[in-house]
Amino acid sequence: MSVLLLFIDAIFVHNILLSRFLGCCPFLGVSTKSDTAKGMGVAVIFVTVLAAVVTWLVYNMVLVPLHLEYLYTLSFILVIAALVQFVELALKKINPVLYKSLGIFLPLITTNCAVLGVAVINMKEHPDSLLEASVNALGASIGFLLAIILMAGIRERIERNTNIPRCLHGLPIALVTAGLMSIAFMGFSGIIK
Amino acid sequence: MNNPFKIIKNGIVTENPTLVQCIGLCPTLAVSTSAVNGIGMGIAATAVLIGSNMAVSAIRKFVPDEIRIPIFIVVIAGFVTVVQLLIAGFAPALDRALGIFIPLIVVNCIILARSEAYAFKNGVVDSFFDGIGMGLGFTIALTAMGAFREILGNGTVFDIKMTPEGFQPALLIILAPGGFMTLGIFMALFRQYQYWSAERAGAASPVIQNGECAACGAAPLCGALGSAPDGPGDRGPRKNGSTAPAAGGEA
Repeated sequence: MSVLLLFIDAIFVHNILLSRFLGCCPFLGVSTKSDTAKGMGVAVIFVTVLAAVVTWLVYNMVLVPLHLEYLYTLSFILVIAALVQFVELALKKINPVLYKSLGIFLPLITTNCAVLGVAVINMKEHPDSLLEASVNALGASIGFLLAIILMAGIRERIERNTNIPRCLHGLPIALVTAGLMSIAFMGFSGIIK
Repeated sequence: MNNPFKIIKNGIVTENPTLVQCIGLCPTLAVSTSAVNGIGMGIAATAVLIGSNMAVSAIRKFVPDEIRIPIFIVVIAGFVTVVQLLIAGFAPALDRALGIFIPLIVVNCIILARSEAYAFKNGVVDSFFDGIGMGLGFTIALTAMGAFREILGNGTVFDIKMTPEGFQPALLIILAPGGFMTLGIFMALFRQYQYWSAERAGAASPVIQNGECAACGAAPLCGALGSAPDGPGDRGPRKNGSTAPAAGGEA
């Protein structure tokens, strides 16, 4: 598959939220306002791509030569946790403005399964090429940004609707909405053979 | 020691991780395509949860507050690796069905949240029962959702045909959209049950958590958004001592 197709596939066809179900907690937890959703999405792009590159290197340069592949879960989560911490510190020092807008989202991301999920998917599906792995990570995280912003826009309107039964308020109606969005995204599945 | 049955009931009904606390939603949505997958994932997560709860509770006196989260993660990742190898060895079909969601048990917020909110503050035996209760709550929710989706999407439950001749299964329920909608419906029904039982008992309306990050059980772990009075970046639990007690105060 060419790199461009892989990119489109990661954004639309195998959207990380709506078809792979990775990163649902932040998707539902921080999608009540567009602004926070945007910040979260950008922070996820940042961390996912970095983590994908680093975990690919760790897996192929360290774990495979040492025949320790079965330790990938442990090493990936440690690498990601350390990376997030490091990025937070570095950002605080180098670019305080960017830190102000992204900083609050960074600790949330360590336990975001989208980041670890992309690393594991890359390990299984793109073991040979660092380029493919990072393009997949970029596409997946842009897909995350797209889905969370759309969701936030819809939820801002839903919140104002007073006709919703009280048991559906908040999360349940958001989940049903996500289901409808997911149906819409299934329409993309034909664009790549 | 608290009453074990109370702790277990707390996990299954009062604080059901999936339907009440609304955490650990990714595996719930992804693997509840059939009842068997639901049970498999539930048992795997329960095993990790019991192990990590007991281990965290056992070492809680020696672990400094500031570095407790990385330690939790290492403990959990160790148990996940054990479970992963066991499943791959003894249940290869389940391994294929659950796929990447087995390693992703590491970042399942239920497990981290129980370490933080319960095991780090309670004894080993209590934590053991809490692990069983929460694990069962998760397993039951997953299996119920799996059975619901399987019967509508495939006409079977546990691979036994349940629907009459002429029923055309709706594949959509097994695909991704069905996962979101089924969970939404289950959550709404459970809330309705909570409202009813509160009304019958004459109590005030139950507090409903809406999956807002600030109200989530895992909030102190990932540094809840918006719950930070002292500005961005200063409330992560993995910061140095000055903010750790505030984060640890979450019940």
